[in-house]
This record gives sequence, structure tokens and C-alpha cells, in this order.
Amino acid sequence: MAFFPHLLLATLEGLVTSAVLALTALGLSLVFGVMRIVNVAHGEFFMLGAVLAWAITITLTGHPALGFAVALVLSPLIVGGIAWIAERLVLRRLEYNPEATIVATIGLLYIIQQLALTFYGPEARPVAPPFSYRIQLPWFGYSGYKLSIIAASALLLLATWFVLTRTRIGLVMRATQYDRETALAFGIPVGRVYGAVFALGAMLAAVAAVLIVPIQQAHYLMGLDPLLLSFIVVIIGGLGSLRGTVVAALLIGVSDGIISVFFSPTLAKIIATLVVALVLVFRPQGLFGTATK
Amino acid sequence: MNWEGPTAKVYALHVAVVALLVGLNFALPEYHHGVLARVLVLAVFAMGYNVLFGYAGLLSLGHAMFFAAGLYGAGLPLYHLGWGVPAAFGAGIAAGFVASLIIGLLALRTSGVAFMIVTMMFAQVFYLTTLYFGEWTRGDEGLVLQQQARQVTLGAQTLDLTSPATRYLLAVALFAIVLLASVALVRSRHGRVLVAIRENEERTRMLGYDTFANKLAAVVTSGVICAAAGAAYALLFGYVGSTFASVQYSILPLLWVLLGGAATTLGPLIGTLFMYYVIDIASGYTSAYMLVVGAVLILLVLFFRKGVLGTVRERWVGWLP
Amino acid sequence: MTEDNRFFDLGKTGLTRRTALKGLAAGAGLMAAPGFVRYSQAQSSAPIKIGFQAHRTGIGAAYGRWYEKTTNAAVKLINDAGGINGRPIEIIVEDDGTDPKRGAEVVGKFASQHKTDIVFGTLFSHVVVGSAPTAGELKIPYYVVSEGYHVASGKLNRWVFQPGITDVRAQVTSVAPWIAANIGKKVTMIYPDYAFGYDHRDYFAPAIKAQGGDVIAQIPIPPTESSFTKYLPQIPADTEVLYHVMVGPGVLTFVKELGEFYGSNKPQLFGFIDSLEAVDINSPGLEFLDGSHFWEGSPRYAQANDSEAQKAYRAAVGIDDNGASVGDAKDVSTAAHMFGCWETLYVIKKAMEDSGYKGPEDRAKLVEATEALTEFKEGPEHPQGDKIFNGKIHQVFGHQNISKVEGGKLKVVHRTSIEDGMYEPEADYTTQPL
Repeated sequence: MAFFPHLLLATLEGLVTSAVLALTALGLSLVFGVMRIVNVAHGEFFMLGAVLAWAITITLTGHPALGFAVALVLSPLIVGGIAWIAERLVLRRLEYNPEATIVATIGLLYIIQQLALTFYGPEARPVAPPFSYRIQLPWFGYSGYKLSIIAASALLLLATWFVLTRTRIGLVMRATQYDRETALAFGIPVGRVYGAVFALGAMLAAVAAVLIVPIQQAHYLMGLDPLLLSFIVVIIGGLGSLRGTVVAALLIGVSDGIISVFFSPTLAKIIATLVVALVLVFRPQGLFGTATK
Repeated sequence: MNWEGPTAKVYALHVAVVALLVGLNFALPEYHHGVLARVLVLAVFAMGYNVLFGYAGLLSLGHAMFFAAGLYGAGLPLYHLGWGVPAAFGAGIAAGFVASLIIGLLALRTSGVAFMIVTMMFAQVFYLTTLYFGEWTRGDEGLVLQQQARQVTLGAQTLDLTSPATRYLLAVALFAIVLLASVALVRSRHGRVLVAIRENEERTRMLGYDTFANKLAAVVTSGVICAAAGAAYALLFGYVGSTFASVQYSILPLLWVLLGGAATTLGPLIGTLFMYYVIDIASGYTSAYMLVVGAVLILLVLFFRKGVLGTVRERWVGWLP
Repeated sequence: MTEDNRFFDLGKTGLTRRTALKGLAAGAGLMAAPGFVRYSQAQSSAPIKIGFQAHRTGIGAAYGRWYEKTTNAAVKLINDAGGINGRPIEIIVEDDGTDPKRGAEVVGKFASQHKTDIVFGTLFSHVVVGSAPTAGELKIPYYVVSEGYHVASGKLNRWVFQPGITDVRAQVTSVAPWIAANIGKKVTMIYPDYAFGYDHRDYFAPAIKAQGGDVIAQIPIPPTESSFTKYLPQIPADTEVLYHVMVGPGVLTFVKELGEFYGSNKPQLFGFIDSLEAVDINSPGLEFLDGSHFWEGSPRYAQANDSEAQKAYRAAVGIDDNGASVGDAKDVSTAAHMFGCWETLYVIKKAMEDSGYKGPEDRAKLVEATEALTEFKEGPEHPQGDKIFNGKIHQVFGHQNISKVEGGKLKVVHRTSIEDGMYEPEADYTTQPL
């Protein structure tokens, strides 16, 4: 294939990756930013979202779009509920001690993975896309659904941005993130805010997974890669910065796509990872953050 | 922390632990004897991790890289160049030294969570590199180091690393050396500076300490210990593969250390041992054993927030190092 | 006791479970199996214990489940027919988590804790290679069902055998002539960038060259990748055959993305069914595969000319004509590989009978007896077909199937001869001391 079509394709692919990554990472960023904890189970919430999407679409008959629409609403709600329970039962009792939380969320990761394996099984299972339209470009074909993911993700990101900056809920969250003690003194129920933030973070991961599952598949071990990538995005973007998270997701997704044009696949992955690592080495506070702590 | 604590008691405890381990060589049933040899090597990995995480307070998610540097550093020359065991072990440690020095110089420009992510990404690069050079490493499948290559001739004596007793005693020896070295380290001036950095880096710097140099020394010490564990693993158990460079093997030492108690000298051993037997025993009862393991981790951390020994020290035995 | 884990059913039937919980009579678990004759305490009639190293968790779990089903079916049949040397087989399962470190630990556990006679059943090649040193040191025969070239390469040791499934080198060597003669000579290979892929890379290229063909591009994909479209432009435009072999959960994505990329204007496709084991060929997005070809060890779909042995085997394992579980049409098996467990167990039986195997003290004799085997005839014990065994490299050779996707089924269009896959042995394990 000629160079420019190849580059175009790689960029499109990068954008799709970025779109999903931005949503997943935003969830992690909220939890990280507001609660100051490392949630190792974040990827498992992603996986759970995909697995539930499969279960929901398989239960509902009729046009695939119907099942998909229901999954898009129901799956994040269930995942959010599970996260909320985990937060109330375990993390709250640990008083958000950072180290204890790591162990607890690793425990949670094992539990969720095992439950998925037991009740869902070890197979990779596909979910039918709500619509399948193949766009034929002069050089190659491309999935219309993939392009719609970019749009859907952008809408969801805008909605999240609106909630965080224009509503009372968002104000309370930001206040808690800014200064927990003062927020408490002003009568903000910090405990309940934490529960809500943890649930919301998980829901964002689940929604990203529902979007991606028609082009990938649900599998009980699918959570690891989104977890690692989300961590990278959150730190590169700067803690608690929505804009930074989106830019970092774009940086990582698109550079991964473009670098793949020039090198053999494994070497491309090595270089892309190294580039991002070096960005952080020479800009330790992230792209938009003030000094991280 | 009680630094002026009873030195005699501390050393007596550690010598007793080592003596107990040597004694177990003659007492343990065959299966548990083999298990303990493996666990001791992995505990050395955890102890290396503990130097950086427990004492210096730097959370790395890239230590699989150092373990694997030792693993490959020892395994590849032995496999491809026919090096002897001592030279291969030395090469493994050297590989760990170089890797940790480079990573330290780069990653220490960052701190906190950024340090965690940078080390994780470098480790991922290392993992992919072991795949990229599959012609020499055989990638994920890895290499078998043959039995006859894993023998040391000392004069008229031949030390067979594949015989269970020799392997066990060598594992204990490595463990003992690293254990006593880490006791000495944490009681040394350098060790105290590390703890001071963990507690308040700014203030330590203002007191006139070169925090960067101390942290770099901690990264290298930690990396070399982990590489020694990796090299020992390759030579004692005869397998080298890229699985050991994957991110799971970066998370495991963190988990072992947190379970046993960060910043305790014996915690890494307890955490590693505990994790091994939780999986081993739970999988005997149900095929859904990860559920049990997950629940045990959560319960443990609910009641022993600072890990087993960390909590014991806090509540009952204040002089534990 | 472990009876209740039916709730957590990962695909096992009533027979297999760990029986070594302290204080439990070794035979207790066996009594649960229907139609099982209880044998008395005498050593001569105590069960032969086979340690089954299973992928119950980890990336290999989809395969592991079916390996367990096949194993249980074969064991039941062998036991109903009087066992081995008059002794029943007892399977003891340990999960290796599809991890080479745990794999080695599990082999140690079999040898020194469960005191099994042999270890059996591993699939993923990194677990095989990781476990082999422990098996060699503990001198316990280790029968794998993995299809890697690792055993035949001579890089493992005298205690490791692969007598029930052919290796990748033989597979790719024997399909190359058919590919060159029927679908095209200019081949682009896409394969995972790890050892399983290397076997394909290293042995397919020379094999196709020998037929006057050529590999014009090789695209190794790192295992951390979950999306493939961006690599597809690296496929040269003059490619006649796209040779694809992927494993892991990303394979469906791979096929779908190929479909979106090419549309109807595609090169010929030749794949290894490893990509789609345990996956319904009629899944959404796989329409693209219609008309393409696959290698299969044993055919997934029942064929018109199936032997009685093949029919009996499928019934015993519990798969229907579509290769799915009899009870659940959505539960697709790993038919192309799992027959290897069945055949390996019968090879073990034969070798144990030949050597008059009595207990662990006879393990060396068992190794020699296995090495002395030369051929296996098609029949109830070897439903996939005739096999030739090479005792020097511990590897079996057999027929391969090439199937075409037609009307949502895989139809065998060519069956290679055993000789098509033979190559010059590179090793001789029999020279190693026991």
C-alpha cells in the first residue's frame, strides 16, 4: 500500500484506540485524583463491562442495536453497583491507606476474574455490532462502527466534563479532590463522595468496554492491557486533569498507530513504549499537571 | 522506629531463622523441601524489592525487568556460550547492575506515581525486547538449561545444582547472605537516610544529604539483589523464559512485600511463603481457587493493614527490624 | 471433599479431582465414577496415578477445559475395559495457571506429593518447556499434548514425550505442497511473535520454497496487541495466499479486521484452526472466512466418511456433528487438538503394558518401552488415524487435514500422508542416561 493511505489507516486506528482509552483512563483518573488510591482492579471493571454486554445482548432477541443499546445503559450500572459495594465494604474500612488498597484491589482483581471464568467461561465471545457498515475508501475498507466509537466517546467525554465542571456533584468532587479536610469541614459527606467516585470510575471503564466489545471480544483476561495503558495515560496527562487525560490518550493511541507504519510490529511497540516513557522522564509532572505527588 | 534497639536480639533472631532453614533441609518432606528452595529464591526477589519500596519508599512496577535481567544474564551465556555456573551467575548480577543503573538514572528524574509508571514502561520495553530477540531467547517458550551444564567443579568436588539438597542449601545460602546484608543495610547510615527520604525527602535534602545519590544507590542495590534472585532461579531450576519479564512478575514482589510487611527484613519471606501456600492449598479444594486467594488477601489486609510482620511490630514486638 | 465444585464447573465431569487431601483414601474419588469397579488394597491392583497438568486458569483455559473432558472420557473407557495391567487409572488434576513457573511447581507436586506415576496433558509450549527440567530432574515421565517442535528439537530431555499429537514442523511441512499446488505460491505469513509463531516461520518458508513457492513477507504480531488493522497494509499487494496463525482471545478481531480491510477483494486465506479453536465458525464477523482453508489435526465437523472409531470417539467425548458439546450447541470444542489427550493415554497404556509397569521404580523401563514404540494403527485407540512414532526424538507423526469453510462448516478437502510431514531428525534422546 502507498505511504499516505497507510498513514491514514494507522491514524484512524490510533484515534479509535485513543477514544476508548480516554474513557477508561478518565475513570481511573477520577479515582486516582479524588481518592488518591491505585486501583489495580480498574481493568477488571472494564472486563466486567464487556462480559455483561455479551450476556445482555445474548439474552435479548431482536435487532442487535436494541440489545447493544440496553447493554450500553445496563452494563455500566451493574458494574458501578459492584464497585460501590466493594468501596463501601472494603476500601472504606482501609481508610484509603494507599498500600493496603493495592493489596485489596489485587484481591478484588482475583475475585472478579475467577467469577468471570466460572460463570462466563474461558472463551472469547463476540458481540454483534449495532450496525455493520463497511466504508470503502479507494485504498482499503474501514469499519463504520469503529468511526462511530470515536464520536460516541467524544460525546461521553463532553458529558463527563459537563458533570465535573457545571454541576453541584462535580463541584463537590473537585472540592474533595482539592482538599479533603476542608471539604469535610464544610459538611461535604466525603465518604459518600468517595463511594460515588469509585462507582463512576468503574462505570466509565465499563462504558468504554461496551463500545469496544463489538470490535474485540469479551474475554476474562482482557482487563490487563487497558489497566496498564490507563495508568500511563493518567500520569502522562497529569493527575486529575480531564484535558490532559484526553490529550495523553490521543498522544499514546495515535503515536502507537503511526509508529507501526515504519517498523515491524514488535519493534514498533518497543519504540512507542519507550517514547512515552521518555516523555515522562523529561516531563515528570505530566503534560498538563502540576507536580505529581 | 527504634534504631537504638537491641542489636544482639536482632542478630540472634536472624541467625536463628537461617539456622532453622538449614535444619529444615534434613526435616522437611520431599515436596515441601522443593517448594521452600523455590520460595527462598523468590523471597530474595521480594527482599530486593523491599529495599527500594519498603525502606526508600519508591514504588516500582518494573522489577520483573531486574529479575529477568539476572535470569537472562545468567541463562543466555550458559546456553549459547557454554559458560560455567559461577561465570553465568556473575554475568546475571552484572546485567542487573547495568540495567538498574540505567533505569535508576532515568526513572529517578520522576517520583511518586510517575516513578511507578515509568518503571512499568521500561519493564514492558524489556519484556518486548526478550520477544524481539526470539532467535536467541526463544521468546515466551524460553530455554531449558540442561542438567549437565548446571554443575560446578570445585577441585575434586562436583556440585550438582540439580540435586535437591545442594539446590536447597544454595538457596538458603543466597537467602542468608541477602538477609544479613539487608539487616546491615537498614541499620547503616545509608539505610537511615533512605527511611528519612521515605518520610520526608525535602527535609532530608535540606539537612544536607544527597537524596538523588542515596536513591540511586537504593535502586541499584535493589536491582542487583533481584538480579541475583533471577540468576539463581535460572541456574537452580533450569528454565529461562520471557514470562518472568512480564508485568505480573512486577506486581508479585509488591504483593509479597505488602503481605509480609513492608520495611521489615523477614516480611518478604513470610509474604512469599504465604502466597505460595494459599494458592497451593486452596487449589486443592476447589478449581475456583483464585476466589479464595482474593478473599484471603482482602481479609488479611483488613486485619493486618501493614502486612503480617508490619502489624506484629506495630502492636507487639517493637524491636523487629 | 471437593464434590461441590460442580457449582464452579470449569468443565470437568465427576471423575477428576484431587484426591491427595491429607487423610483421604486414594481411591475415594474414584468411587464417584459410575460403573467403576472398586479394586482392593493390594499394590498390584491399586490405581495407576496420572498427574494431569491442566490449564484451568490463565490464557489456556479454553483449551484446558476440553482437554479435561477428552481425558476423562478416555480414562472412563480404559477403566471400564479393565484398566492398565488390570489396574484402574486415577487422574489427579493440578492447575498450572498456564504459567511456566507454576507448571514446574505442579510437576514437583505430582512427583513428590501426589506420588503420581507419570505427568501428562500439557498444551502451551512455554509451560512444557518450563516444566521439562523439573520432570527430568525428578525422573518422572512427562507426556505432553502440545504440538510444539520443542520435544522433537532435542532441547528438552529424555523424560519428555509427545506421542499423541504431531508437531508444528511436521504440520507446516505437510500442508505446504497442497498450498502451492492449489491456492497460490506467493505467501505472506502473519503469526504471533513468540515461539509458536517461530516454528511456523522457520519451517514453512523452506517447505514452500521446495515447492517452487516463496514467502514474500512475514509479519510477526506481539502478544500484547489486541487490534491488527494497522499492520494489514504491510501485506504486499501481490500476495496470493495469506497464511495466518494466531492464538489467544484476539483472533476473532483479527479475522473481522481482515474482512473489513479487504472486503470481497481478498487473497486466498490459509489458516491454522488454532486461531478458532473453541470459537463458533458462524460467529458474527467470521463470514469473511467463507471459502477459505484451515489446517485441522482432527476435523471439528463430522465428515461423511468418518470411521466407526471416529464416531465412537466423538460420542464418548460428547461432541455433536458440529464439534460442539452435545448439551450446548454454543459450547464449541477444541476438536483439532484434544484428540491428542485420548491417543496419548492409549500410548501410555501400551507402553505400560509392554514394560510390565508396576510402580515408580519402573519409570525408566517405561521410558524405554515408550521409545521402543514405532507405529499406531487407526482404530478406537487412535481415532484420528495411523501414526508413526520416532523413539529417538520422542515425537509422533501422522496425517493432517486441510478443510474448507463451506456453508458454515469445515469440510475436509485433503488429507496429507504421514510421509508428507516427515523430516530428518535433529536429535537422539536415547543416548542420554536415564
